[in-house]
Amino acid sequence: MTPAPTPAAHVHAGADAPVRVEDATIAYDTRVISEHLSVAVPERSFTAIIGPNACGKSTLLRTISRILAPSSGRVVLDGADVQSYGAKEVARRMGLLPPTSLAPDGIRVADLVARGRFPHQGLFRQWSAQDRDAVAAALEATGTTELSGRLVDELSGGQRQRVWVAMLLAQQTPIMLLDEPTTFLDIAHQYELLELFRRLHAQGRTVVAVLHDLNQAARYASTLIVMKDGQVVATGTPAEVFTAGLIEEVFGLRCLVVPDPVTGTPAVFPLAPEDPPAEAGALADDSQEY
Amino acid sequence: MSLYMRQRREGPEGGPGARRAVVDFGTPTLELTTRRLSSRIGVRSLTVTLVMAAIAVMIVIAMMAIGDFPLTIPDVLAALAGTGDEFHRVIVIEWRLPIALAALVFGALLGLGGAIFQSLTRNPLGSPDIIGFDAGSFTAVLVTMLVFGTRNYWTVATAAIVGGIVVAAVVYLLAFRGGIQGFRLIIVGIGVAAMLGSVNSYLITRANLQDAIAVGFWSAGTLSRTSWSNLVPAMLLAAVVVLGSALLASGLRQLELGDDGARAHGVALNRDRLLLMVLGVMTTAIVTAAAGPIGFIALAAPQLARRVAGTAGVGLASSAAMGALLLSAAHAIAVLSAMWFLPIPVGLVTVCIGGTYFIILLIREARRHL
Repeated sequence: MTPAPTPAAHVHAGADAPVRVEDATIAYDTRVISEHLSVAVPERSFTAIIGPNACGKSTLLRTISRILAPSSGRVVLDGADVQSYGAKEVARRMGLLPPTSLAPDGIRVADLVARGRFPHQGLFRQWSAQDRDAVAAALEATGTTELSGRLVDELSGGQRQRVWVAMLLAQQTPIMLLDEPTTFLDIAHQYELLELFRRLHAQGRTVVAVLHDLNQAARYASTLIVMKDGQVVATGTPAEVFTAGLIEEVFGLRCLVVPDPVTGTPAVFPLAPEDPPAEAGALADDSQEY
Repeated sequence: MSLYMRQRREGPEGGPGARRAVVDFGTPTLELTTRRLSSRIGVRSLTVTLVMAAIAVMIVIAMMAIGDFPLTIPDVLAALAGTGDEFHRVIVIEWRLPIALAALVFGALLGLGGAIFQSLTRNPLGSPDIIGFDAGSFTAVLVTMLVFGTRNYWTVATAAIVGGIVVAAVVYLLAFRGGIQGFRLIIVGIGVAAMLGSVNSYLITRANLQDAIAVGFWSAGTLSRTSWSNLVPAMLLAAVVVLGSALLASGLRQLELGDDGARAHGVALNRDRLLLMVLGVMTTAIVTAAAGPIGFIALAAPQLARRVAGTAGVGLASSAAMGALLLSAAHAIAVLSAMWFLPIPVGLVTVCIGGTYFIILLIREARRHL
């Protein structure tokens, strides 16, 4: 399990970015989450959004996916304001895995995955050969082909999450937004899913994920967006962004940052209050500071 | 045109020339593909829907033989075919056919309306007869008939639709707290329905005796006074509702995945939900204007249909077929009771049977939520 190092695609996070948030103010009714937020998702990147709870990560993802309209500013998708597209047109370019989804009572796996085809279907074209191919490919990619005839209610948490990802894959969007895709899964299933996202990214998709685990974000993401209090405080490659100073500033956690012994990417180890300051670096002899 | 039948557990390498991707849906699935049109339907739900509809039709045909002037079933069929005795044709086509069609169409409408609202609220209790839309329609009908003194179907139906929508808006606003949560909507709706019930009783006590007796029978819900003059406009409105529901059915199915999920799939959430609510209110309003409030079909049909037809979530077509079957059966009980015992309105039958179902459902839901 050695993720291939991905090129630092963030360098050209400019006008050609497939998703750009421009000077957006995002609010639920009167509660303002983010003000004058600007951020770009580089083309074909694996972008991880990290930050403490309630920092506006999920809200940013909901805004990008057009579920929430910014009260000022705009979201640009493939060069045009996301509000200028038809609803189904957006859903053919960009898919979202919400943190929780509801499965209708008594639905079977293949039927649920097939619902991801909605943006490609019309009144008379409800189940074409392309739909069937897309569903079969999505089941295959997520390793759920053998589950396809099972009731979703009977699946384990890990299986069910793979089925939701399959529904997202069946949507066949070049951009995939994932809101905490690994939460509530045990560690093996977390890495299984992350490996799947890495493969999808390697196949040319732009993946944007809200992740909680900093070490996972550092391992898998090509670009990090670090948020605090509704604002972006840093963007860049994990190697550029992850410093003990930044993590203490954003999360209020003193820590030691050393190379991940498996992948060489930065790895974060929290320090206990009584530990010497992070600069010590004595916990690992050959550690180098990021 | 090609038809594929897939059996359970057919492997991906199923048979020679199987180059196409095969998806195992876990149940036999019929796939229909032409150049312009393609769809996929579960064999079981299709079969069950057709069988339920067929049984409903057979029941109402059989009931057309029963009445003050008894006929045989061959008499009825001959009259329906336009042959047979002149007098039989008058009885069957002029008197009994509108009632038979009403049992089928109104039952289907109630099942459809229940399915729409249970999908929208994602709750088996979220049915228009429980959450007060029915009662709102009936209040509007009473006001129109008692205060304005008109019995014209279009006027009464319009009032019923407006009354239902007003009550739907009131229930929605009262239950709104930074979003709509299904169970709160239902509790508020039950309260509003109870209040409207007392308003309806008050309106009837204030009317003169003749009106009060007529409206009193009406308030129990009865098919026996259905005639062509109110059935035809009701069926025209029903056609609008069925067409609208067919157009919005795919969006409604996505709504079952949750609001964010539906939006992310490109469902125009607010527009579709509003249109579906109007259609759902129209189903009960159309029935209430013609026959009075007929309770519990909308509540029971979708859940019974889901279990029998094995659909994922609540199916619109299977719920409509189940609604037609339930109302036809209730109609049969009412007709047979009138023959052997004493006449009872069909609404009373549905309330007695459906009420039991409602109590069981309420206890189960309360255990889950409180």
